[in-house]
Amino acid sequence: MTNTTAENTTEEAVETAPTTPEGAKLDYIKVEDFSFNYTPEVRVLDKITMDIPEKQVTSFIGPSGCGKTTLLRNFNRMNDLIPGITHEGTIHIDGQEIFDKKLEVISLRKRIRMIFQKANPFPKSIYENVVYSLRVAGRNNKALLDEVVETSLRGAALWDEVKDRLHDSALGLSGGQMQRLSIAHAIANQPEVLLMDEPCSALDPIATAKIEELICKLKNKFTVIIVTHNMQQATRVSDQTAYFYLGKMIEMNATQEIFRNPSCEETERYISGKFG
Amino acid sequence: MTPFENSKSSKKSSGRGEPMVWFTGMWLSFGMLMIIVLLSIIVKNGFSTFWPSPVLQIELVEGSEAGLRGSSKLAGDIRKEQIRTTASETGEAVPEIQLFIGNREAYNTGFRFVMESDIKSRDFPEGIMRAERLEYGDMIGYPARLELADGSTIKSTDDSFASTLHDIVKEGNKRRHEIEHIEKDQIGAINRSMESIKMKRRGWESEEDIPEKTQKEMEEKQAELQADYEELASEAKTLRELQSANTLHYLLPTDGERSVPTGSIVDYYYPNQLNLFQRTLRFFKRVGSFVKEDPREANTEGGIFPAIFGTFVMTLLMSVAVVPFGVLAAIYLREYAKQGPIVRSVRIAVNNLAGVPSIVFGVFGLGFFVYFMGGSIDSLFFSERLPTPTFGTGGVIWASLTLALMTVPVVIVSTEEALVAVPRGVREASLAAGASKWQTIQRIVLPASLPGIITGLILAMARGAGEVAPLMLVGVVKLAPTLPLDTIAPFIHLERKFMHLGFHIYDLGFQSPDSEAAKPMVFATTLLLIGLVIALNAFAIIIRERLRRKYKTSAF
Repeated sequence: MTNTTAENTTEEAVETAPTTPEGAKLDYIKVEDFSFNYTPEVRVLDKITMDIPEKQVTSFIGPSGCGKTTLLRNFNRMNDLIPGITHEGTIHIDGQEIFDKKLEVISLRKRIRMIFQKANPFPKSIYENVVYSLRVAGRNNKALLDEVVETSLRGAALWDEVKDRLHDSALGLSGGQMQRLSIAHAIANQPEVLLMDEPCSALDPIATAKIEELICKLKNKFTVIIVTHNMQQATRVSDQTAYFYLGKMIEMNATQEIFRNPSCEETERYISGKFG
Repeated sequence: MTPFENSKSSKKSSGRGEPMVWFTGMWLSFGMLMIIVLLSIIVKNGFSTFWPSPVLQIELVEGSEAGLRGSSKLAGDIRKEQIRTTASETGEAVPEIQLFIGNREAYNTGFRFVMESDIKSRDFPEGIMRAERLEYGDMIGYPARLELADGSTIKSTDDSFASTLHDIVKEGNKRRHEIEHIEKDQIGAINRSMESIKMKRRGWESEEDIPEKTQKEMEEKQAELQADYEELASEAKTLRELQSANTLHYLLPTDGERSVPTGSIVDYYYPNQLNLFQRTLRFFKRVGSFVKEDPREANTEGGIFPAIFGTFVMTLLMSVAVVPFGVLAAIYLREYAKQGPIVRSVRIAVNNLAGVPSIVFGVFGLGFFVYFMGGSIDSLFFSERLPTPTFGTGGVIWASLTLALMTVPVVIVSTEEALVAVPRGVREASLAAGASKWQTIQRIVLPASLPGIITGLILAMARGAGEVAPLMLVGVVKLAPTLPLDTIAPFIHLERKFMHLGFHIYDLGFQSPDSEAAKPMVFATTLLLIGLVIALNAFAIIIRERLRRKYKTSAF
C-alpha cells in the first residue's frame, strides 16, 4: 500500500505542485522501513517508508501519540538525547544516511533545523537569538552577522516590527513574534530542511495566519515538514500530506487529493472529524 | 444539590482548616520573635558600647562594703541595674547597681557592685573627666594640673588649661603615629633587607663557598643597614621620651592624686557636660575609631580593623575557590554523568559532607593543606628559610581553602538545582541550532542558572564568614602584626596569619583576663560580624537580582 501511495505522490506532485522548481528531487528525504522504540516494549514507529520531496511543504497529520513528532525529531536526531532509544531501518537526506556513524550530528542539525511547538527564545537580545547558530559555529564577523540578521528577520516577516529594538531582550516579544523569531533563528544559517513541530498550536488566529503565509513563502527555498493537528492548516499550507495512526503511516498523497478523496477509510474518518 | 448548598459546605470545610492557619502561623512568629530578640540584644549592647553615658558619683553610707581605699565616694557609669537574691537563709532580694569605675591601676578592678541601700546620695559632677588611655583602661577623675616639660604648671582652673591639654593630646597622638610609622614601616623594611641577606648567605653550602667579593658586599650592606637601624631606633627613642615629658595630674573620685603622661592619652572628654548632639558626635567618632584602628591591650581596647579586614579577605578568597570548584563538579554531576546508582550515591555523599562537624574540616585542613601542601611548597621553594615554615604553617590561603572545602556541598547542591530548573525547551533549541553540548551549557544553561549559583554562594559565604572552629587550626591568630594585603611586594601575602571577627569574639569573651571589661567589645564585634555578613549577602543578592532580570526564562 505504501508503495502505491508513494507512486501516486510522485505523479500528483508533478501535477498539483507546479511551484516546485525544476530539478527538485522527489525523494529528497527517503525513509525506508524505519522503526523506532523508546524502550524495548514501547514501539512508537513501525516500518515507516516514505519519500519527502524537495522544496515543498509536507504535513504530518494524525491523532496524538501516533508518532509523527517522533519521526520529525529523528530527521535531525534530536531523539539522540533520550537514553534507551533504539531504531531500525534507514533515513537518507539528500542521499546521506543520517544514522551513519561518521556523520557528525552537529553538522546534521545545522542543515536540518527545527522549530518547536513552544517558541524558546534564549534569554538574550533579538539580535543574538537570530545569529546564535552562527555564533556557535564560530562565525563572529560583525558585518556578516548584521546582514544575516536583516535577511533572516525579513525572511521571517519580523524585520519591520523589531528593527528598532534588535538589542532588546527577545523575551519581550509576543507569542507570535517569538515563533517568527524562531523561524528567523532557524533560517539564519541557510539550512536545507525546516522541521516544524506544531508551530502554531499556541498562537491566536492572526499570528497563525502570518506564520502560514510565511511557510508558503519559505518553500521556495527550503524543504518544509510540518506536524499539525489543524486539518485546515494542512490544507492551506502543504503540498503533500501524510496521515499517521498508531505508529504506522497509513497514507501519503498530495494534499488536495488526500482531503478530497482519501484512499483509506481511517484517513477519511480522521479528516472528517469522526474520531481523533 | 443546589449551588447554594454547595457554597455553604465549602465554607464549612474551609472553616475547619482555620486552626491550622493559626497553628502554622504561631511557629513562624515564634521563630521571628527569637530572631528579633537576639538581634535587638546584640544591637542594643553593641551600640551602647560606644555611647558616652554620663558618670555618676555616689556617696556611700558609713561602713559600706562597696567602699574602696577607705573612701566613701565612688564614681563611674552605670552598666547594669539588677536585683540580687542574697545568699543568706532568708534570701532577701537586694536591688543593686554595677558601676564601671575605671582607673584600674589604682583600684585593681574595673567594676563595682553597690547596693541601693548603701547609697546616701547621687550626683553627676560637671568637672569629672574621662580619658581613654593606652594602658590600664579608662581614667575617671578630676583634672588637677598639667606639669609641662619646661617645668611650668597649669592649674585646671587656669583659662589656658583646656586649650593646652587639647593641643598636647593632639600632638601626642600625632607623635604616636610617627613612632608607629618608624617602628613598623621603616625598621620593618630594614629587617626585611637583613632577612634577605641572611637568606642569600644560607643559599651557599657553607661560609667558605661564598665568593670574597659577594661576602664583602654583603657585609658592607649589612653594616649600612645596621647604621640605618640605629639611627631610626634612636629617633624613635627620643620621640618616646617626648611622649612622657608632660604629665596630667588628676584626683581620683575616691582619694589621692595620680598622674598620667599626656602621650598615653588617646582621647578625653567631660561626660557630664555633653549635650545630646555632642554625645551623638562622640558616639560616631568612637564607632569610627573602632572600625578603623588596631586593637590595644590584649584586644580589649581600641579597634578591630585587622579582624574586619582578615574576615573580608578570607571570605573573598574562599568564594574565589569554592565557586569554580562547586560549579564544575555540579555540571559534571548533572549534565554529563549518567544518572544511576553511582551518581546518586555521590550526591548523597556530597550532601552528607555538609553535615560533617566543621572542626573535622579544620583537622583535615591542618593535615592536608598546612602540613602536606604547605610543607611541600616550603621544601620546594622556600628551603633556605627552613626550619622556619613559610607556607607550612597556618595562613589565610589554607584557611580559605579549608572553608571552601567545607562549603562546597552548598554550592554543588544549589548549582545542581539551578541547572535542573533550566527548561528543556531552551536546551533543545540550542542543540537544534547546531550547538554542541558544552556550547549549550556555556552559552545558555550556565547564564540562566547563574542566579541559583549565586544563591549557593551567598549561603556558603554566610556560613564561611561566621565559622571559627576550623580556622583556629589553620591560620587565625589572636593578634596578627600584618595584614594579608598591603603595600609591600608582592602585595598579597597568602601565607600570612590573620585575624578574624568570629575568633575575636571567642578570644575576647572567653580568653581575655578581664572578660567583664571585654563584654562591650564582644557585643560590638558580634554586631559588626553580623553587619559584615549582611553586607556581603546584600551585595550578592543585588547581583543575583540583576542577573535574574537579565536571564529570566520566557513565560510564554
